[in-house]
Parts: sequence; C-alpha cells; structure tokens
Amino acid sequence: MRVLMFGWELPPYNSGGLGVACYHLAKALCKKNTEVIFVLPRRVDMPPQDFSILFADANMRIRTINSPLVPYITSSLYLSFMSAEARARLYGNTLFEEVLRYGRQAKKIAETETFDVIHAHDWLSFPAGVAAKSSSGKPLVVHVHATEFDRTGGQGVNPLVYEIEKWGMERADKVIAVSNFTKNMIIEKYGIAPEKIEVVYNAVERPDDPHGGVRSPVSRHKSLVLFVGRITLQKGPDYFVEAAAKVLARDRDVLFVMAGDGDMYHEMIRKAAAMGISDNFLFAGFLRGSELTALYRSADLYVMPSVSEPFGLTAIESLQCGTPILISKQTGAGESLTHCLKVDFWDTDEMAAKILAVLSYKELGQCLSEFGRREIGKFSWDRSADQCITIYQQLTTT
Amino acid sequence: MPSVCFYFQVHQPFRVKKYSIFQIGNDHDYFNDRGDGKLNNGKIFEKVARKCYLPTNEMMLRLLDRHPEFKISYSLSGVFLEQAERYAPEVLNSFYRLVQTGRVELLSETYYHSLAALYSFDEFERQVAMHRALIRKFFGVTPTVFRNTELIYSNEIARYAERLGFSGILAEGADDILGWRSPNFVYKPKGTDTMKLLLKNYKLSDDIAFRFSSRDWLEWPLTAEKFARWVSEHNGNGEVVNLFMDYETFGEHQWESTGIFDFLRELPGRILGHADNDFKTPSEAIAAYPARDELDVLRYVSWADIERDLSAWRSNAMQEAALGKLYQLEREVLSSGDEQLMEDWRKLQTSDHFYYMCTKWFADGDVHKYFNPYDSPYEAFIAHRNVLEDLHIRIKKVEVI
Repeated sequence: MRVLMFGWELPPYNSGGLGVACYHLAKALCKKNTEVIFVLPRRVDMPPQDFSILFADANMRIRTINSPLVPYITSSLYLSFMSAEARARLYGNTLFEEVLRYGRQAKKIAETETFDVIHAHDWLSFPAGVAAKSSSGKPLVVHVHATEFDRTGGQGVNPLVYEIEKWGMERADKVIAVSNFTKNMIIEKYGIAPEKIEVVYNAVERPDDPHGGVRSPVSRHKSLVLFVGRITLQKGPDYFVEAAAKVLARDRDVLFVMAGDGDMYHEMIRKAAAMGISDNFLFAGFLRGSELTALYRSADLYVMPSVSEPFGLTAIESLQCGTPILISKQTGAGESLTHCLKVDFWDTDEMAAKILAVLSYKELGQCLSEFGRREIGKFSWDRSADQCITIYQQLTTT
Repeated sequence: MPSVCFYFQVHQPFRVKKYSIFQIGNDHDYFNDRGDGKLNNGKIFEKVARKCYLPTNEMMLRLLDRHPEFKISYSLSGVFLEQAERYAPEVLNSFYRLVQTGRVELLSETYYHSLAALYSFDEFERQVAMHRALIRKFFGVTPTVFRNTELIYSNEIARYAERLGFSGILAEGADDILGWRSPNFVYKPKGTDTMKLLLKNYKLSDDIAFRFSSRDWLEWPLTAEKFARWVSEHNGNGEVVNLFMDYETFGEHQWESTGIFDFLRELPGRILGHADNDFKTPSEAIAAYPARDELDVLRYVSWADIERDLSAWRSNAMQEAALGKLYQLEREVLSSGDEQLMEDWRKLQTSDHFYYMCTKWFADGDVHKYFNPYDSPYEAFIAHRNVLEDLHIRIKKVEVI
C-alpha cells in the first residue's frame, strides 16, 4: 500500500497540534509497512531541514512544494507577510489563491508518482487532495483535525474556508474525524453522511513519562494552575483568566500560568491586569520540549477551557506528565476520558469551584492523576494507523 | 428437601446534591436537589415506587394469598423508610400489609445503610438500635436476624451481631470463604456461640438479579419452570437455597418489558410444584436446620462486584479520605448535641456515597457507571467532601455557642 499524504510542517517547526499529529501518524503507518509519500509546503527561504533524518524510514519519501502555507493561517495573516514577499511573485495574492495554487502544484506531483490512496490533512490541503484525485483517479481520504467552526468559535465563519472544507469532504471517498465531537459537527454543519465518516483519535507518541507525577515546584506559591495552547478564541483563554480571578478571591496562594502565543495574547495580559490578578498570573510564551514538560510537571492542575476542541492533544500530554486535567465539555478527547474533571467552558464559577476542589483535597488530584495516566494508554498512534490502513484497504478493494 | 429463602434488600440513599466549594458555610441543605436529574431524591423515589415497589408489593401480596406456603423477607433501610413516608406513603402502607400476612419477615440493618461496622462499633450499635426502633414503630415487629450493609461480613461482624442479641446473620456465599463447602447449608460463624449464618447462593440469585434479561446468556430466556428445576436439583445436597437480591431487580433493574413480573408471578407455584421444596424465612431456616460446619471468615466479604470485597467503597484515596474524615468527626458531632447535625452526619454515612466515588470502572465497571447519579466519581467526591467541610464548620459554630 502506498499513500500520497498531504501533511504539514513537522516538529520542531510546528505551531500547534496539527503538524505533530501528521508526523506521528505518517511514522506509525511506515512502521506497518505502508509506504508514505509525504508532501508538505515549505518556503524556499526557510532553513534547510533534513527531513530524511527526522523520518529515517525507508518507507517514507518527502516531497516539498514551495509555499508559505502553514497551519492555522488566516487571510489577514497571509496578507501581512505577503507584502514582504510579494516581490518573489511566486505565491498567490491571497490565501485562497495560494491554497488553489498549492493544489495545482500538488497535481503535478501526483502525476509523477504512483500510489494507491490519497490522504489530505485539514482544509488548506483539501484542494491538493482533490486535484490529486482527479488526475490519478485514486480514492481520497480527507482528515479533519479542526473545522472553521472550531477555529472561530462559531462566530465569523469565513464562507470561503467553509466552502473549501465542504467541497473537500464531498469530493472525498472517506472523511476521518479526530473525535465524535468533530464527526457530529461534520454531519450537522457540512451535511456529510454519517456512514462516510470514521473517527480516528489522535494519540501521544512518547512513552510514559518516567517523572510523571513528580511535582517540580517553580514558584513560591503553594499551587500552580496551567493553561497551554494558542491564545486564541477557540481555546477559551478569557474563561481561564476569569476563573483565575474567582479562585484568587478565595485563595491568594495560587499561581496561574498561561503558556502559548496567539492573537489574544495582549488582550489577556490587559484582562489579567484589569482584574487585579497580575501578581498571580504569569505569561510563559510559546514553550515546547523539556520546558513544556517541566511546566506540566510543576502544575497541580491543567485547565483546557476550549470553546470548541476537536481533540485536545495537550490534555493527553498533561496526563502523561502525571498532571490531572480539567477540560471543557466541548472537547473531543474528553468524550473517551472518564478520569478527568469536566465543565462547560462558559461556566467559570464551576471552573473555579473545581480548581479549588483539586487544590483543597489532595486525594482528588491524586486519583485524577493516577487513573488518568493509566487511561490515556488507549490513545496510541499504532492503533490509529491500523484504523487508517483498514480504511485504505476498504477504499482500494471496492 | 431444599427450602427456598428469599431476602430482598430495599434501600434508597439520600443523594447529596451538587455542592460546590462556594456553598460551604452558606448552604446546609445537602439533600434537597430539586432538578430533573438523578440527584432529586423525591423524584427518584416516586419513579422507583411506580416501577418497582408498588407493583412488586402488589404481586407479592397476591402470591402470598394464592400460596399459603409462600414466604419472603425484606430488609428495609431506615433512610428508605424515611423517604417512603415522605414521598410515597402508599409504599409504606403496602409493606405494612405484607408484614401483616405473618409470612413476611423483616431483617435488621443499620438505619443509615452505613459502613459503621468498619469504623466504629458504638456508632454501628446506635444505628442498629435506631433501625430496630423504626421497624417497631412502623410495623410493630422486632427483627431477630441481622444483615449488614451490602452483605459486608467477617467473623468480627458476626460477633458484633451476636453481642447485639441476634440469632442469625446473612452473608455472601463467596467461593473463597466457602472453599469446598456449599452455600446451601446453615453454618456457624467462628468465634460466636449461638449465631447461625445463611449464605447467598450467588449463582442462582444473580441468574435473576443480573442475568435475567441478558440475551448473551445461554440460558436466556429464563423461565420460572427452568429456574424451579435448578432449585430442585439441590434436593439431597442442600438444605436451604438462599436467594438474596436487591428488590429493585423487579421493574427497575430488570424492566417490566423483560418479563420479570411474569417470571415472578409463576415462580412460587413452580417451586412448590416439586413436592420436596418449601419456603422459609431467615429465622425459620435458622431454627429448622443445624449448623453443618463452622465458617472462618477473616477477610471482609460483600455482595458487590466480582471481587465480593470492600473495593466498591474502599479502593481509592478519595473514598478513604471521605470515610476517614467522616468518622473522625464522630465524637465532635455527638457531643454537639445538635440533632440536625447528627442526622446530616449520619445521612452522609450511607454506603452509596462511597460507591459513587469508586474508580474501578474498567474491569467490572459499567455497573458502577449505570448506578452513579453523578457524572463521575470525582463529582461525587467533590460534593460529599465539600459538604463535610460545611458540616465541620457547623460543629465549630456549635462549640462557640
């Protein structure tokens, strides 16, 4: 079986979960003797990366397309750096032109390769996937990691993005959703038939953290409560700040840490200041690797107040480090996790009450951590790859 | 000549409402959920009364009328009776009519369906006495046979029961405590003088309570005729077949649509159809048959889960913390002299609260999930633990006054 996969930037150049997920899924597929031709956008002026070392697998071949596309890009973001790069006159004038141009380039690659099935991750690569399908006649799988409704919290959905998502899903032979939460959204908002959608969960790659559960205090405060994620509407950072203020009204000896970057970063700094909690609220910036792991480990509780979260890999990472989680009911990972606390993202009273409960009763955090860590064993890339292979086989034999 | 001894457990806890840390110090009504969910005690009681207590009691009355040899026994928890009186007095009335037949025995238990036997003999004794007084008040009878909460049993608990004057006690017929022995005889608990022990035949009991409607079960559908045949097969190798189960089996755990009521309607007749069979209440079984052996039970056994031990209530740090804190308050609560405080403290002892905090869902577990009115064991712990904090504050206030 050979797969033409349209993926995204690989760690450590990722800016979120999408690149991580594509990378690990592709790797797990190769381990199972599935060949993957991994196509990804890459700007010519970027530092050269040795992808072959990163993947180091005989079943994997990398093809790059010269393009400035990156995950989570928006039209305005695209235009802001296009002004600097317009001179090159290589890329599309707008994000949409670029996405379509990327698709045309993808078609050229498809014409030079042989493969059995096409697998495209998220809307930016859907035109590429559809183009490859129309030139090769091979079946197309589109993999939905997030929809426009997640990214915008349902407000100000970009109709062009929506159209491309819907068109891609309709043209596809199979749609993979990262959770039932996302599957339901695809059915309701995009009108795709339930039979056409399969749920394949994301997973965590690293083996169980041997230091998980060992707290490493970083502050003079008695307790630490953590947020990790893009500081953007979808992730609900404002609810985290509001809950923090309610906790601090009752217990001043708590430090809240927000790790990440995003379009609401400055707004959140102002909000924390306006609520008078800046002394107990730290912005750690975008962290990865050992720094992030150390932060997870030093926290008493990880909070993911997402407004709409298709999966929520960071919650799993936190549990892996032995840190209990409080997640919004609007998350995909939460639908198959029982050993965690759940709350509606907008209910900051309840969020604060649960944070205080974890900080007050040590046995609560202890059980959430111990059983939660055990429970995430059910998320494995190995299993997810098996599910993808089954889908490929069904599509290629019919 | 096997006698069939039926005992049905009838119990409803006072479920603790969702209670957040911000309510501590302000809200002392712990059991008054008024919502549409699964924590509204009044609504749940009315529902179970409609689906189980009233129709099943009605059928039992008719069966007792039709078969003069038919006999059964119940254990009605104090918190059940309190709620029956408050939410559905007609249930109380129908149990009264059942007891009036003279062929329905009532057993003794702790008023609050608690785990007090594991933590405080004094409190255990008080709750048994409270229950005895309540049974006497409502039904005019005095139980002589004891069953501890969830059939939790050990040599020590048998000795407790003997000290309180009971002649018999009930327990789970767990394989490891029986060894090569059969549950279908009367035993003597080790370390007691005159006590007798009746052991649940868990295979036959669970055929009704758990497997009755399971289509994966090879014996499905279970008919009264088939079940009576299985009971009769013990003829010659057993003296008493103890069928112990939750009363809610009828109509609540096994819905009416499964045919459970048709099964029940036919069962006494089918069992009596074999000439050697009869029915006995626990005290009659104890009087009729000698103890065939002494049983030494060092570990705690119960009728819960496949483990048949204490792990449903005591297997994680939250359960231990909640129970530890609760019984730690005993002396202060009692010396406060505050009746309402004592009552609330005791309602918080009901074993169900700790069952809801159980985290061992994955081996055995969907049962726990099904019976849990909270979204998770963590929610159950938070509500109960916050309420305990509030209770603690109330104690301190009483002390100040």
